[in-house]
Amino acid sequence: MTETVIIAEMHKGKVSPTTNELVGAANLLGSNCTLIVPCTDSSVADEASNISGVTKVIAAKSSLFTNYDAAAWAQALDSVAPQGIVVTSASAQSKDLAARIAARRDISVVQDVISIDGNTLSTPIYSGKAIENVSINGDVVVSIRPNVFAGADNDGSCEVQVIDASGDLSTAVKELVERASTRLDVSEANIIISGGRGMGSPDNFSHLEVIADTLGAAVGASRAAVDTWAEIPHSMQVGQTGKTVNPNLYIAVGISGAIQHLAGMRSSKYIVAINKDADAPIFQYADYGIVSTWEEALPVLGNALSNMLS
Amino acid sequence: MAQIKKSADTNVHQLNPTGSAIGDTMVKIAVLVKQVPDTNSKIQISGDRVDLSSVKMVMSPFDEFAVENALLHKEAAGGTVTAITVGGNSADKVLKDAKAIGVDEIVRLDCTEYMDSNAFQKVISEVISQDGYEVVYCGKSSADTGSGSTGPGVAEKLGWASVSNVTDIEFTDGLTVTAPVEGGDAIINVSTPVVVSCDKGSIKVRKPNVKGIMMAKRAQVEVKSVSPNTSSVTIVSQSMPAEKPAGKKFEGGQSAETVVQLLRNEANII
Ligand SMILES: Cc1cc2nc3c(=O)[nH]c(=O)nc-3n(C[C@H](O)[C@H](O)[C@H](O)COP(=O)(O)OP(=O)(O)OC[C@H]3O[C@@H](n4cnc5c(N)ncnc54)[C@H](O)[C@@H]3O)c2cc1C
Ligand SMILES: Nc1ncnc2c1ncn2[C@@H]1O[C@H](COP(=O)(O)O)[C@@H](O)[C@H]1O
Repeated sequence: MTETVIIAEMHKGKVSPTTNELVGAANLLGSNCTLIVPCTDSSVADEASNISGVTKVIAAKSSLFTNYDAAAWAQALDSVAPQGIVVTSASAQSKDLAARIAARRDISVVQDVISIDGNTLSTPIYSGKAIENVSINGDVVVSIRPNVFAGADNDGSCEVQVIDASGDLSTAVKELVERASTRLDVSEANIIISGGRGMGSPDNFSHLEVIADTLGAAVGASRAAVDTWAEIPHSMQVGQTGKTVNPNLYIAVGISGAIQHLAGMRSSKYIVAINKDADAPIFQYADYGIVSTWEEALPVLGNALSNMLS
Repeated sequence: MAQIKKSADTNVHQLNPTGSAIGDTMVKIAVLVKQVPDTNSKIQISGDRVDLSSVKMVMSPFDEFAVENALLHKEAAGGTVTAITVGGNSADKVLKDAKAIGVDEIVRLDCTEYMDSNAFQKVISEVISQDGYEVVYCGKSSADTGSGSTGPGVAEKLGWASVSNVTDIEFTDGLTVTAPVEGGDAIINVSTPVVVSCDKGSIKVRKPNVKGIMMAKRAQVEVKSVSPNTSSVTIVSQSMPAEKPAGKKFEGGQSAETVVQLLRNEANII
């Protein structure tokens, strides 16, 4: 059987739950699964040793894992990882790393995999307007879309080996500019509430922020909102020329559902739309549509959520 | 939002084949541009492949930022910008579009067959190293594949540094770029040679002027033949995404309460 090698997805220095989904996907691709945990402190790898379906955990320990440096990370991880099909998350950083590792190993990369059937992998093309099914022959690197594959359970146990990894840094972080708000970025969040031009003014985004804080969600925006209001930064933009997101829940408020917005969020697991126009295209993609002004719907939504979650 | 800082006056957008050098260095800059369907277009399947015969083709959106950054780099440091595409005859248009905006040279690597990422990156990196480029700009992902593999992959093949999802660039000794990281943005110093994959940032992309369009019409595309390796990943089929079952639609703001119940009891997500 094919060997698989997973690069754990990290969040704030810890192994992120997305890693269980990577194991789930890797078990569809082969067996004998080695999980590599890039870390500065190898104790974080212990948590990953109970993910079922993992044969072995390698804590790749190095100070270079403090800040992302594509070249050095690929070099360091390549040196500790066995040969096989390499599996990463399809987060922006991990896709970048996946491409580098593939090029380094002289193999190909298949990004954003959403289904696996033997040697056939499916990925969205044309921003999800179509699907491409490819067949792989030999080792490849695959990145897996979050929130698509069932995650492996946490009832296993396996050996953790610590290896000092090294690589040559090619970039230097001069400064880290922390986001002013403590809220998650849309690319990191499992729940996103986004506002569009229908919000009427940037000040009204505060109504979205209240709900985001109840849910631990990120606040996103359409391009019309970003382009119209200087207060809404491009980093919040979801869509073709913004971020591609795959959260569990995407709540679109005052967003019409233009094809370029859908390009960034249509693969969300659940979509809720609030729009006063019953014919807005977003409703064709919404699991739950609310035909209403946000002025009317958001307070009700906010109350119901805080009652439920308190 | 961060402001772009430039070490030279970039208000002068004249076409100057050699640029105005600040130091003695003349940077040889390449920018990768790809032709893709207009993002408004409807994608149709014919047989088991996407049929693009009646679709309008344009420059991939992020490549517009790559071109702009390449031109800003040239204006700051002096040098030449060459736009490179991989494709058949019909891809010449994207090169002419780049020429109209102000790139110096346009090159097409002639190939219409499918290449997997490994074969494709090899073709590009060979040309980059043979022709002696020092900096490569490309889009953070192309609008058709959405993969974002080319920048980091080409860099690895060349043994170069790469920075991706870059929103702002300051042209200093090397480059100082802004890219998102967990919790915020990182401001990163990197020296050449480097591949920069560009996101939309605070820069505005320039539009072609009449003179540029005239020059582009007359410009010659340098066509190079390539001989790609065989691909280990092959396309089996292309298809439409599975239809999502119709959702539930409710009237009036009060229904938000019902939706919250459904999110818990039916969707199990909160
Ligand atoms: C190359 C290209 C790239 C693009 N990239 C992106 C991208 O990355 N992301 C993106 O979002 N767009 C992108 N666009 C733009 C896209 O085509 C749309 O213009 C944009 O998404 C519209 O944003 P909107 O839905 O907020 O605004 P609108 O289309 O104006 O919709 C506003 C909606 O709000 C509703 N509304 C108004 N008032 C209220 C109220 N009080 N309560 C509830 N609802 C209300 C209206 O019924 C309407 O449906 C791109 C376009 C191009 C050409
Ligand atoms: N066929 C091509 N010709 C020229 N540049 C390309 C081509 N394919 C990809 N690129 C460049 O690589 C970037 C990322 O593409 P991708 O890796 O396909 O997402 C694009 O934005 C382009 O700058």
